[in-house]
Amino acid sequence: MTVRVLLFASYADALGASEVALDLPAGACVRDVLSRVKSMASGKRIPDKPLVAVNQRYATDDQTVSASDEVAIIPPVAGG
Amino acid sequence: MRTAIVERRIDSSALLAEVANTRNGATVLFVGTVRDMNDDAPVSALDYTAYNAMAERELAAIVAEAAKRWKTHDIAVEHRVGTLDLGEASVAIAAAHPHRGEAFEAARYIIEELKRRLPIWKREHYVDGRSEWVSADGQKTADIEQRTSDVGAKS
Repeated sequence: MTVRVLLFASYADALGASEVALDLPAGACVRDVLSRVKSMASGKRIPDKPLVAVNQRYATDDQTVSASDEVAIIPPVAGG
Repeated sequence: MRTAIVERRIDSSALLAEVANTRNGATVLFVGTVRDMNDDAPVSALDYTAYNAMAERELAAIVAEAAKRWKTHDIAVEHRVGTLDLGEASVAIAAAHPHRGEAFEAARYIIEELKRRLPIWKREHYVDGRSEWVSADGQKTADIEQRTSDVGAKS
């Protein structure tokens, strides 16, 4: 399955893209998304355990993702 | 209750008017503005960027939590994104309640949760021409990897 992953701010700069499409096996979880992103060129600049959102809600490492999900890797936030 | 991520200037007096109600004896207005220094570096402007759909949803959730906890629906919050000049408002929170204690507490809760949870980022532009992403407590991107997991654990 193909999963869309959104990148923002410093992480988008690090990977040179604001969105990547990953080909993942069915049943993959947030942890698998992260290890795939970190294996990309410049992916090492993303920390080991960044915040991740699935469908616009903060998610845990072991949450499964599906092809229709919107996954986002969230850099340390700085609103306010 | 109303929350919004906006690209225009924030009119804080409009927010005050919005929460005005004769039931309320107290109205607290918090306004966050762009300051001219961070970490001894003179700042010339700020760019705020957001994961808009999630920021809208999270901001609405935070205000709903405050409304429930302090039992008032007279709350209006706007967070601005885009390029802001020094002194401009990046966020404004108006919270009204029959009593002042609850109004202060609700406003305080909203700003603290918003700083912790809203997926919004800021890039500071310095007077010397440099620019950098900064986190909520002013740390530069290089220093913040440890913090990310802390925030996640609390969310």
